Amino acid sequence: MSKIDLHLAHAYVKNPKNESDYALLPLEMSFADGGAYALLGPSGCGKTTMLNIISGLISPSEGQILFDQKDVTHATPQARNIAQVFQFPVIYDTMSVAENLGFPLRNRGVPTAQIKQRVGEIAEILELNAILNQSASGQTADVKQKISLGRGLVRPDVSAILFDEPLTVIDPHLKWQLRKKLKQIHRELKLTLIYVTHDQVEALTFADQVIVMTRGKIVQTGTATELFERPEHTFVGYFIGSPGMNFLPIEKTPGGIQVAGTEVIWTTDQTFPNQALKLGIRPEYITLGAQGTPGAAPMQVTQVQNLGTHTILSAKLGEHVLKAKLPSHQEHFALGSIVWLSVLNPHTCFYAAEELI
Amino acid sequence: MSQSTKTVNQRAWFMVIPVIICVAFSAVLPLMTVVNYSVQDIISPERRVFVGTEWFVSVMRDSELHAALFRQFIFSFSVLLIEIPIGILLALSLPAKGWRASACLVIIALSLLIPWNVVGTIWQIFGRSDIGLLGALLKSAGVNYNYTGNSLDAWLTVLVMDVWHWTPLVGLLGYAGLQSIPDVYYQAARIDGASKFAIFRYIQLPKMRGVLMIAVLLRFMDSFMIYTEPFVLTGGGPGNATTFLSQYLTQKAVGQFDLGPAAAFSLIYFLIILLFCFVLYNWMQIVGKSSVKEQNHE
Repeated sequence: MSKIDLHLAHAYVKNPKNESDYALLPLEMSFADGGAYALLGPSGCGKTTMLNIISGLISPSEGQILFDQKDVTHATPQARNIAQVFQFPVIYDTMSVAENLGFPLRNRGVPTAQIKQRVGEIAEILELNAILNQSASGQTADVKQKISLGRGLVRPDVSAILFDEPLTVIDPHLKWQLRKKLKQIHRELKLTLIYVTHDQVEALTFADQVIVMTRGKIVQTGTATELFERPEHTFVGYFIGSPGMNFLPIEKTPGGIQVAGTEVIWTTDQTFPNQALKLGIRPEYITLGAQGTPGAAPMQVTQVQNLGTHTILSAKLGEHVLKAKLPSHQEHFALGSIVWLSVLNPHTCFYAAEELI
Repeated sequence: MSQSTKTVNQRAWFMVIPVIICVAFSAVLPLMTVVNYSVQDIISPERRVFVGTEWFVSVMRDSELHAALFRQFIFSFSVLLIEIPIGILLALSLPAKGWRASACLVIIALSLLIPWNVVGTIWQIFGRSDIGLLGALLKSAGVNYNYTGNSLDAWLTVLVMDVWHWTPLVGLLGYAGLQSIPDVYYQAARIDGASKFAIFRYIQLPKMRGVLMIAVLLRFMDSFMIYTEPFVLTGGGPGNATTFLSQYLTQKAVGQFDLGPAAAFSLIYFLIILLFCFVLYNWMQIVGKSSVKEQNHE
């Protein structure tokens, strides 16, 4: 187990010129020993590249990677003692399930008795003991993926275990169980786990620290609450949460704030830089207000979705549509009617050039 | 929906007719003419006698044929034992991508493009101790090599020639098998700390199994029917040292014009190849799939 530090950038092309040539823009990142991290971002944002750099499958084109302050930039995966589980199951066809699980140990010359004991433990955790002696090649995709997971977990002394969207091929019910298993393993073994996913629920439930990435850049690192309450980048606000954060252009006026062209009464001691501004408000924090309430603006209802536990209200302000998540026992909304919704309240975040002020 | 609600439509047979006609003309009818010869003694175009299984019995008891068959088996198994491992090594040592890969593929495929009789001629000259590179080299090295006089030399020359001619095919097939292995397998193996040999043993070899099976079958069938190269190189000699089955058959059918025995022998020959391919194929299937079957039947 070790602390992992990254100071690097990576481009798959030679002599990268502009930002789009980089798979990973220059970044500084630190993974504490024993932490559970999630790398969250849309496809192609550089999460897998980052993971492969940590594991040593690829070398970063610039910068270095340190394990406990030791430079391992060009060390092999074996030298780094990393375990990695891939998106699609990789199993050794000619081996039994038990041999598959014990393979990483066997390659490292662990005594047979010890391998057997360790394989037994892992099989216990992953509920594979019933099929230990069967061939691995005839199993279903999710069992195969469990075997791949098991191979990642079987070495007790690894620096970190990396997961590259490991639950993609597994059906939803089993997903929950396996995720719980992984959390349990993390609690018991205190291993550093880095988990790549594009599923925010998976990331937020699994990790202590979620690293949100987009276009080769880390835009925010934080706990689930931080990402939800104070997104540091509009992308985080938009990517996390369902529906995502509402963004509206604003302009500071003497008496308040002009939101999407509508004057809203609001006093704040927040200072705004002299550039294009946006406000961000979570649908969960938008409340109904009476006419003229400070912070509220009149909007036209365009869609009402009653989801039982709550109602998602879509409303138009100028040409901008925003979504509000309201308790469902509130009044009935007629399409086209005008409602006053508070967009400026203590939960509102302000952004300049997509960054939180 | 249950099975019984499916309607039976006999018109589907019409769809199969073209295939039946093609197969009839390409395989069944020619084979039947051979069957026709094999049960008759054709004395002259007007006079023919039905002899039943007589030709089959006499062919089966022919000691020359037994010898040719024995030589044939030794030869075919030697070919497999040499060409398959070398082919695998060749496939493993080829570069995976880039212009080097294309260049190597073209170079190793060259021998496959040469017609059989030209291959025979090339080696005939190559092996001559007066003007041939190989023969002259061996002579100057003090080896008494003479493929026209020494039966072992002749046999080895035919074997080496076949290896030279056909190993690239095994190499190419193996290469195709290797190319189909996703990168993630190699990545996983690196993470698992697998050695080069372990990668070969547990990833590459199992993934090449399918194409290697085809390579084994192709090389077995082809070498079992080898004719042109030894015919050009040694003419089956010295003595009968390189007379393999097809050569023996040609001597019978064309040389001596014994159509009846030759036809009977052709059929037996055909059945031997069929039987061996069947056995080999099933054996390889069982070797590869036995463990999977066990588990599926549980």
